Amino acid sequence: MIFLELFFRFFFVGLFAIGGGLATLPFLQSMGETTGWFTPSDISDMVAISESTPGPIGVNMATYVGYQIGDNFGVVGGFFGGIIATLGLITPSIIVIIIVSNMLKKFKDSKYVEYAFYGLRAASVGLVASACLGVAKIAFWNSEIMDETGNFLMAVDYKSLILSAVVFFCVTKFKKLHPIVLILFSAVVGIVLKM
Amino acid sequence: MKTLLKMFFTFARIGGFTFGGGYAMLPMLQKEVVEKYKWATSDELLDYYAIGQCTPGVIAVNTATFIGYKLKGIPGAIFATLGVVTPSMIIIGIIAAFISGFRDLEVVQWAFSGIRAAVVALILSAVIKIGKKSIIDIFTVIIFLSVAVLSFVIDISPVVFVVAAAVCGLVINLTGLRKVKEDKDK
Repeated sequence: MIFLELFFRFFFVGLFAIGGGLATLPFLQSMGETTGWFTPSDISDMVAISESTPGPIGVNMATYVGYQIGDNFGVVGGFFGGIIATLGLITPSIIVIIIVSNMLKKFKDSKYVEYAFYGLRAASVGLVASACLGVAKIAFWNSEIMDETGNFLMAVDYKSLILSAVVFFCVTKFKKLHPIVLILFSAVVGIVLKM
Repeated sequence: MKTLLKMFFTFARIGGFTFGGGYAMLPMLQKEVVEKYKWATSDELLDYYAIGQCTPGVIAVNTATFIGYKLKGIPGAIFATLGVVTPSMIIIGIIAAFISGFRDLEVVQWAFSGIRAAVVALILSAVIKIGKKSIIDIFTVIIFLSVAVLSFVIDISPVVFVVAAAVCGLVINLTGLRKVKEDKDK
């Protein structure tokens, strides 16, 4: 039953994605490859939507994926899928937090926890960086052109590269700027330049 | 029962108005949970938040669970957590339903092409932000680089890296490798 699979796959993500919303990204990429439920470029769309809507990014991603899967059974199925995926994602948290709550002091002061997280945090950044490379590849690299012409320079999507650089500059310079502004801006640029 | 519902709706309000992830939640949590309802103290909130970053899952969810559990045990944990995620589920559900109808239009594809470029930049800036706090010495640099490169090149589950990194963290600290460096600096 696909909804059961959806729940368990997101349970898995919820259990291992440590360090905030985008930490789910590498796990979602892995899920996409294994299940074929969505393509890598779908993932970048998901990130865009999740960053533009309120709520925790991880939850938004789960709801969106869940909706797409359930959509095969109609709109109601879609909403149901969104709920199942989200429940899958948050259940490990609830269980772990309840356990940790009871040993709060010991957990906070534990040297072992501190040491493990020292390594975990660095790895988490590495995983998200790798996910970023994955999305970059889709955004900037046109593999069809590469296959046809073998010309490296022609396969690079310069329009995307420049747009990305502009957005990066804005995000870094204007810290108070909400991501949705940049996302809408890029959507308009995409349409205008017929990217 | 009344408190449980109050918790659900308070966290729904918080979840519904927080853009950009758990970090933005803190001021609102402070206002609603600490000042208005006195469900936790400022210090407790910071503790939950800190631990919420270490435990698996979304930080908004973890914090809600903590507070809910502390106040009303398991039912409290469930009501608070469901509260936080419900607005998202509804909003995203509506957007997802909307989008699937428009996916195939060429205009939409052009728009998403542009959006993909922006997303790369957004993720990169997030990487740099969290990187600054987590990549603090040569060991973390090595862990970061090896995980980034290996996970991009090899097709294995991220879980492998997560577990391996936790083990590395333990080993590096317990064998005194990291401490030795600190002594040298002194």
